[in-house]
Amino acid sequence: MFTSRRLRLGATALTLTALVLGSAGCGGTTRENSGTDAGGAQASGAANPDAPIKEGLKIAFLPKQVNNPYFTTADNGGKEAVTEVKGEFKEVGPSEASASSQVSYINTLSQQGMDVIVTSANDPNAICGALNQAKAAGAKIVTFDSDTKPECRQIFVNQVTAQGIAENQVKLISEQIGGEGEIAILSATANATNQNAWIELMKQELKKPEYSKIKLVTVAYGNDDDQKSFQETQGLLQSYPNLKGIISPTTVGVAAAARYLSGSQYKGKVKLTGLGTPNQMREYVKDGTVDAFALWSPADLGYLAAYAGAALASGQITGAEGDKFKAGKLGEFTVGKDGVVVLGPPTVFDKNNIDQFQF
Amino acid sequence: MAHDSLYTAPPSGAVAGRERGRLAGLRGALGSWDAAIVAGLAVVVLLASVSVPNFATGRNAQFLLLDLVPLALLALPMTLIVITGEIDLSVASMVGLGSTLMGQMWLSSGLSLELICVLVVLSGALLGAVNGVFVTGFGLPSLAVTIGTLALYRGLSFVVLGDQAVADFPADWTDAVVQPIPGTSIPVMVVPVLLLALVFGVVLHATPVGRALYAMGNNGEAATFAGVSVARTKFWLFVASGAVCGLVGVFWTLRYASARGDNATGLELTVVTAVLLGGVSIFGGRGGLLGVVAGVLLLGVLRNALQLADVDANALTIVTGTLLIASVVLPHAVADVRARLHRRRQRAQLTAS
Repeated sequence: MFTSRRLRLGATALTLTALVLGSAGCGGTTRENSGTDAGGAQASGAANPDAPIKEGLKIAFLPKQVNNPYFTTADNGGKEAVTEVKGEFKEVGPSEASASSQVSYINTLSQQGMDVIVTSANDPNAICGALNQAKAAGAKIVTFDSDTKPECRQIFVNQVTAQGIAENQVKLISEQIGGEGEIAILSATANATNQNAWIELMKQELKKPEYSKIKLVTVAYGNDDDQKSFQETQGLLQSYPNLKGIISPTTVGVAAAARYLSGSQYKGKVKLTGLGTPNQMREYVKDGTVDAFALWSPADLGYLAAYAGAALASGQITGAEGDKFKAGKLGEFTVGKDGVVVLGPPTVFDKNNIDQFQF
Repeated sequence: MAHDSLYTAPPSGAVAGRERGRLAGLRGALGSWDAAIVAGLAVVVLLASVSVPNFATGRNAQFLLLDLVPLALLALPMTLIVITGEIDLSVASMVGLGSTLMGQMWLSSGLSLELICVLVVLSGALLGAVNGVFVTGFGLPSLAVTIGTLALYRGLSFVVLGDQAVADFPADWTDAVVQPIPGTSIPVMVVPVLLLALVFGVVLHATPVGRALYAMGNNGEAATFAGVSVARTKFWLFVASGAVCGLVGVFWTLRYASARGDNATGLELTVVTAVLLGGVSIFGGRGGLLGVVAGVLLLGVLRNALQLADVDANALTIVTGTLLIASVVLPHAVADVRARLHRRRQRAQLTAS
C-alpha cells in the first residue's frame, strides 16, 4: 500500500518532469523569435468619390454593452443617419461589457450578411480575429469611441483629439474668468494616460500670448471618485484664496466640483468648466454655478460612424488617408492617418442649449 | 446504475416486480433525463434550422462550436464534482488567472510558449489543489471555499497583469486554435474536447472510482464505511478541475489573442447551468456525462439561434435563468408526480383485492 502510493507519486513526478523538460528542450516559440506580424495592408481597391450612397445597406451597431445611456444615445444618432441613407439599422450587443461576448455578436452579424458593422471595442485585440473574418465575408468595419488595432477595421471615428480638448477647455475657462487670474485643474487619477496627455497640452496652450495673464497654480487629483473630488475642490479653494477658475476634464470630477461650489459662498464667483454630461450638469448650469462646459455629442459620433460605414460600403472611400465623404448634417470629413476620422471639437453646453441634450 | 435511475418509481409490488424492473433498467441505461435533453437538443436544432435564417450553415456551426469549447471543457470536471455533492465556483477566476499568468510569462520570462502552456496548466492544478485542501483537509463546505477563491483568484489575476492586456502572441498560434479540421467546418479544438470528454466519461461510468463518486454524492459517510477514500478522491477532483481551467485559460488567451484580468468573468454560472441542465443533481449522486454534453450543446444552440434571430441580450439572460430553474425544479416535480401516482395505484390495488 505504502510502496504503491509512493510508486504512483514517483511516476506522476517523473511524467511531469518529462513533460516540462520535453517542451523546454525542443526549442519552441519564444517572444524573441516569434517575429512581428506584418502590418495590415488595408485600403485595397480604389475609392470612387462620386459613387452614390447605396440604398438598403444593412448597417449594424454593436456597442460595448447595451443598456448604457452613452451608447444608446450614440446608436440613436447612428439610426438617424441610417434612416437618411435609406438603409436598414440594427443594434445588438452584450449585456455585459466583455470582449468575448462581442466576438459572438460579430460572428452572428457576419453570418447575417451585414454590409457594415459599427462597433466600439471592449478590447483592442480580442475582437480582431472575428472582425477580420467578418471583413473577409464582405462586411465593412467601422469602430467608434474605442478603437481596435488599425489593421482590424477600415475606419475609426474618434470623438475628439487630445489637442481639441485642450484648446476647448482653456478657451472656455479664459472666457469665463475674463482672461486673467489663477486657475487649477481637478483631474482623475495621477496616472490616467488620457488625462495627463490633455493636461500637458493645456499647459502648452496656456503659453500662448492671449492666455499670458492666466496662471495655472496646481493640478489636484480626485481619483474619479465623487467624495474625493468633492474634498479636493474644497481643499483647492482653501489653499488658493485668489483662485478664479477650475478645469475638471473628467465627468466625475466636474460634477462633484459643481456640487461643492453650488452649496458654497464661491458659487458664481469661482468659475468651473470641464468635460461633463448634460444630465449631470443641468441643475448647476441652471442655478448659475457653471456657465459652460463641454463634451462630444455621442449622437453625432454614432451619426458620423454610420455615414462613414455607408460611404465605405458604397465605395466612396476605402479608408485610405485623404479620402473625403459627406456625413449629412455634419458636413464633409476627411480620413486621416491610419483610417482615423475625427468628429471635431467638443460640443459646448450652456444654459441656452443644454435642454436639447439628454444623456 | 444507481446514478441514472432518476425517475424510476419506488420499488413496486411483487407481482409486476420483474417486468417493471426490466423497464426501469432500460430507462436507467438510457437515462430518462439524458434522453429528454438529447431529444430537446434535436428539437431545438431542427426548429432553429427551419425558422432562423443563416442558422443551418457550416460557417455558423463553426462559430457555435468554437464558442462552446471553454464551456464544454469546464463542464467535464464540474460534472464529477457536482456528482460528489460539492461545487467549484472558482473555475472562471482560475481561467482568468491562468490567462494573465500566461500573458505575464510571455511578456517577461522569455520562456517558450510551449513551456508556458504546460506551466499554466500546472499552476491551474495548483490553484485547484488549494481549493481541494480547504474542502477536504479542513472539511469546509466547497460552496463557501470556492466563492472565496472566486474573488481571490480574480483579484490575483489583476495583480498579475494590472489593467493592461498582453496581445502579441504569435499569429500562427492564435490562428491555429480557431482553424477548422481541413475539409470540414468543425474546429480542431473539438478534438481535444471530445478526447477529454471520453476520459472523464470512462472514469465516471466505467471505473470503480466513478461508482465511488456517486456513492459519495448519495451518502458520504456510507461511502467512507464502504472503504472509499472520500477526501482523497475529492481533492484530486479539484486538482483536475484546476488543471482543466489552466487549459481553458490557454485556449481563451489564444482564441481572443488577449491575456487580461477580466477574461471569462461570470463563466462559472454558465458552467453550472449547463451541468444542471444536463441532468446532474445539485444535491449530488445523480447525473451522467452524456446529458451534460447535450446540455452544453443545448445551451450553445439556444444562445446562437436567439442571437441570430435578433433576440435582445436581456431576453437571452432570462432564457438562461429560466432553463436553470426548470432543470432543477422539473426532475423533482416529475418524481413527485410519479410517486403520487404510484401511491394511488397501490391504494387502488389494495381496495381491489
